[in-house]
Amino acid sequence: MTSFMPPADRHWWKVPVGRQELVWIAIALVWCIIMFLMMPLWHVYGKQNLSTEAYQTTPAKFGAKVDEMVSKYKVGEEAGIPIVAPPAGSDIYMLGRLWQWYPVLKLKKDQEYRLHLSSMDWQHGFSLQPDNINLQIVPGYDMVLKITPDRSGEYGVICNEYCGIGHHTMVGKIYVED
Amino acid sequence: MSEFRVCPDSGFYFHRSAESLMKVNAVVGIVALLIAGVLAIGVVLTRWQEVHILPADMFYMVLTGHGINALIFWCIFFEMAILHFASSTLLRCRLATPRWGWAGFFLMLIGAIMNNVAVFSGKSSVMMTSYVPMQAEPHFYLGLILFAVGALIQVFVFFGTLVVAHQEKTYEGSVPLVTFGAITAAIIAVFTIASGAIILIPTFLWSIGYVSHIDAEMYRVIWWGMGHSSQQINVAAHVAVWYLIAGVVFGARPMSEKVSRFAFLLYILFLQLASAHHILVDPGISTEWKIFNTSYAMYLAVLASMIHGLTVPGSIEVAQRKKGFTKGLFEWLRKAPWGNPVFSAMFISLVTFGFIGGITGVVMGTEQINLIIHNTIYVPAHFHATVVTGTTLTFMALTYLLIPVLFRRQTFLPWMAKWQPYVFGGGMTILILFMLGAGTMGVARRHWDMDFAGAAMAFEYPAIAYTMMAVGAIGGLLAIVGGAMYLIVAVGSLLFGKKLEASAGILESFAGKPLQASVYDTSKPDVLPMAPKEEAHKGGFEAPGTFALALLLLVTFVVYYFINWKYLASVWPLG
Repeated sequence: MTSFMPPADRHWWKVPVGRQELVWIAIALVWCIIMFLMMPLWHVYGKQNLSTEAYQTTPAKFGAKVDEMVSKYKVGEEAGIPIVAPPAGSDIYMLGRLWQWYPVLKLKKDQEYRLHLSSMDWQHGFSLQPDNINLQIVPGYDMVLKITPDRSGEYGVICNEYCGIGHHTMVGKIYVED
Repeated sequence: MSEFRVCPDSGFYFHRSAESLMKVNAVVGIVALLIAGVLAIGVVLTRWQEVHILPADMFYMVLTGHGINALIFWCIFFEMAILHFASSTLLRCRLATPRWGWAGFFLMLIGAIMNNVAVFSGKSSVMMTSYVPMQAEPHFYLGLILFAVGALIQVFVFFGTLVVAHQEKTYEGSVPLVTFGAITAAIIAVFTIASGAIILIPTFLWSIGYVSHIDAEMYRVIWWGMGHSSQQINVAAHVAVWYLIAGVVFGARPMSEKVSRFAFLLYILFLQLASAHHILVDPGISTEWKIFNTSYAMYLAVLASMIHGLTVPGSIEVAQRKKGFTKGLFEWLRKAPWGNPVFSAMFISLVTFGFIGGITGVVMGTEQINLIIHNTIYVPAHFHATVVTGTTLTFMALTYLLIPVLFRRQTFLPWMAKWQPYVFGGGMTILILFMLGAGTMGVARRHWDMDFAGAAMAFEYPAIAYTMMAVGAIGGLLAIVGGAMYLIVAVGSLLFGKKLEASAGILESFAGKPLQASVYDTSKPDVLPMAPKEEAHKGGFEAPGTFALALLLLVTFVVYYFINWKYLASVWPLG
């Protein structure tokens, strides 16, 4: 009954620790170190690492870049939103705003793109489904990441950061073609 | 003159002012839990897509209120009661500056009411996180600020009481382990509240027009210094309560004072780095910062939890073996008092916190793995395993102890109290497991409609995601029933429970000697002696059953951890 009484030994820090605790601490520490090393190792050997490239921006500046891409590479329209097929390797843009992802992107499989993401208003959550890649989209920041879609098909982009009453209607699209 | 009474069942001393303050903090906390629980009905029945009971605006309002009342008001009010208990009662010391204590309490109360008023007016449905630039009404932020200031005052009353106890020499040697854990919680609370003040005060000024702009990314980093750290107050507090309950129910001694205190020290040093867990997929945050912070500097706070995970049940096993439950690895556990809700709630909490809350937390807090989990419903699943089956269930266990000891009432409907931890813990575990599953299918958190009704473009989740949300919701309803059982027992005991006079013999396992009726007098309590010495254990493993359980935890942890890396490897390459 010492958990709520002062330790039996006045110099409790000098009492030797039992073997069982020592063994467990050693095992746990090794596991902690393995988990810690997994993160830098994945940066070296893994393929899913978030880039740290980002720029401060404004809705107006970012919106202008999006519009430029849309006017150059528009190939169609879906539900009133342009479908854009930019060349492989180029800078591509998607913006989040109340309540849509704009525009729809059409990409080539196994090609790398520099995807820029930002918000025009509140915070949004870029959630690529069904792959389940999730990114925080913060207004004022142009987030850049290199993506390489490795399966063709139709992907949904849903918003998973609460952004008001129309949050659930915020669905976008990315098409990946062979 | 300070007045004390001694509880005839437990032998704990209660200073009159401290006792009143403990009672009001605990009761208001339970009221916050009641509000959160009622709101949970709306959340569960809306996210169960086939039922989908609330309209969108109402859902987001209800979810905001549920989060704040449960995560902030319930936990922190109850923790204030624990702090006063761990200082004044455990150290047999008068409460320092009771008036400041009351001032702190009333500030918290006013703040909590003000914030709730803002939420229920419907114009502050911004979720607990209130991410800028979405704006709530000014009194939403002001309420939180007042609450935080009040909590800070009560924390300093706690520190003051420690100083008084030390100066008036009310105890021998070092403070008890439970008090040490409470000090850990209090230190983390100071850090938490400071972070909250740094970000909420400017945000409040922004909401009334004195500040023109709050950077959304800066807000996230600092807000989570409060948002996550406040959950670390919970962890430190509920681990301290685990040790308390092990001592009270089993007469268990900590296996090693040094090891347990060292683990608490690791919490103080590293737990508050967890703000990073929320920033892992944000723009422009450096990789080194993320790796260092998200891992609590090489998982040292995880190490601390793994240590407590061994030493808390280990101390119980040692105590049980001494009583003769020595057969095999697990007789000590089979013969534990599973009908005593103080123990059963605490043990369910220990297991679910470790196996589900701890493991999922580390997995989703891994820098890269967060990519496939961030903002999915996996996240609330994780923190229901830490804050609900972890902290809340522990506080429920403590309530069953405090009803006779602090409130001097007989437990109302003891049969209900006996079943409550199983219903609540079981229902919540179902909810958690199926929400984890739905999260890995990409179901979003904080989302009104997984059918995306009215969206210009369609997206469909697989049918299994709907099934998981439905089964989870049934678990959630079961947990709400369990929560209602708790409230009926707790409130019923205070209103209708028979008043206890002399020793009721309910805690015979640890009350040293039969004591007289619980009356106040002004004589100073006897100095709290050091625990009686015991023969040192002679080598070997004292608690082999616990060690086996710890290894099971480790294997589960390792397997689940690498499964998630495998899953991550299957998504689009990105860099």
